[in-house]
Amino acid sequence: MSEIVLTLLFIAGFIMLLALALTFIRFIIGPSLIDRTISFDVITVGSLGLMALIALLENRQIYLDVNIIYGLLSFVAVIVVGKYISKTL
Amino acid sequence: MEYLQISGAVLVLLGALVLLIAAIGLLRMPDSYLRVQVGTKASTAGVALVMIGLALIIPAWFGKLFIIMLFVMMTNPVSSNVLMRAAHRNGHPKSPKTIVDHLEEDEKTL
Repeated sequence: MSEIVLTLLFIAGFIMLLALALTFIRFIIGPSLIDRTISFDVITVGSLGLMALIALLENRQIYLDVNIIYGLLSFVAVIVVGKYISKTL
Repeated sequence: MEYLQISGAVLVLLGALVLLIAAIGLLRMPDSYLRVQVGTKASTAGVALVMIGLALIIPAWFGKLFIIMLFVMMTNPVSSNVLMRAAHRNGHPKSPKTIVDHLEEDEKTL
């Protein structure tokens, strides 16, 4: 990869890290369980993109498999919280 | 070849900016319902843009990146819908500026 592509990718990675940090602020100050679950969902989906970017920078395809399982677990986690607050679990 | 990689990197940068918009909206919105709306839509669009950009940079990884993108686009709206419907049935407080609530009207008529 050329220099300009690597520069753009690093800028994108830092912007994603900034987005995750801002979401983590909502995770801390969120007034209720719902807000914390939403910010958890956004953090996991954002880190899916960051993890795929790291897989490209490190040139390891095995990280994409980790990525798929991570997304599956985050989906199940949000569904379980929804079941829990509707008192049917 | 070079132009394809540069356009892919620009798409990744756009996706990162959309994720940043999701984070800012999550901080600024006054209500859980508005927060889940901005968070789900913007984060799904951001991850889809990032995956398309990475697939343009390395076309050999297109299959797995496309699977991840499709998976996020299928599951993220479903999980947010389940979560907020459960919260709405549980009487989660709304913003005082809310003027229309179709789910409440529908559940009254049922």
